[in-house]
Amino acid sequence: MIPLSHYLIVGALLFAISVVGIFLNRKNLVIILMAIELLLLAANMNFVAFSHYLGNLSGQVFVFFVLTVAAAEAAIGLAILIVLFRTRGSINVQDLDRLKG
Amino acid sequence: MAFLQIVFYVFSTVLVVSSTLVVTVRNPVRAALFLVLAFFSAACLWLTLEAEFLAITLVLVYVGAVMVLFLFVIMMLDIDIAQMRAGFANYLPLGLIVAIIMAGELALVMLSGEFGDVELPRPSGHGADYSNTAALGKLVYTDYVYTFELAAVILLVAIIAAISLTLRRRPETRYQAPEEQVKVRKEDRIRIVKLPPRPERRS
Repeated sequence: MIPLSHYLIVGALLFAISVVGIFLNRKNLVIILMAIELLLLAANMNFVAFSHYLGNLSGQVFVFFVLTVAAAEAAIGLAILIVLFRTRGSINVQDLDRLKG
Repeated sequence: MAFLQIVFYVFSTVLVVSSTLVVTVRNPVRAALFLVLAFFSAACLWLTLEAEFLAITLVLVYVGAVMVLFLFVIMMLDIDIAQMRAGFANYLPLGLIVAIIMAGELALVMLSGEFGDVELPRPSGHGADYSNTAALGKLVYTDYVYTFELAAVILLVAIIAAISLTLRRRPETRYQAPEEQVKVRKEDRIRIVKLPPRPERRS
């Protein structure tokens, strides 16, 4: 049978890949948002795996809430992205330095 | 090799490969589509963990709603891909170093023998009469009911924030003014003109 560690390793790989994604696409805000979604998916994978192997459903409830928060975050993030594009004409992270002190 | 193992390895391979493509592919639309594939295979992996409700929720909410939102936004924005890719190779070594260190540390923890087959054996699955949705619903509406309400409030806040951020009044658009329309009286609009009667002439 599949041990728990295999699921955890899949989650860890996913997490590492999305961190690399944030490093690589430092300029593209859309890809950064997608990488954050992948990051949350990796965390959810661990939650679901532990929930199954420990026989405790609370982990799945937490995944439910994480999904809710992630959906809200994606909606607000994309709205901010659209407003940025309207006002600055670019979503390059390097151009977003107006708040610099 | 049992069927479940084959399923697990196939879907986890697809998941890892597609998530790698999400962060490396050049075109953001393709990245979004690979993210759909990643979410879908993650949902299939969750099915092997008997989290049926969450798997279907992931497909419906993420593949059905969030990714469509992403695609909408990507296609609405005019993204200069070449400019976005500048410096891609510069950050690659640093990113790879961080990722390898992070994955190595996590693997050290996970392969330490605490989470093996012996220490934490896979529980035998539930019978056919077990409903994951019902069990989850019972838990959400009893022990976690306040958190559940809080999640609803978060979604409401997200709706209001997203709408109020993106709403803009265009000056050239003509809007109805219902209050003006209601306030109007008959005298403002109708003028009765008295005309003297004029007999019709026949030729």
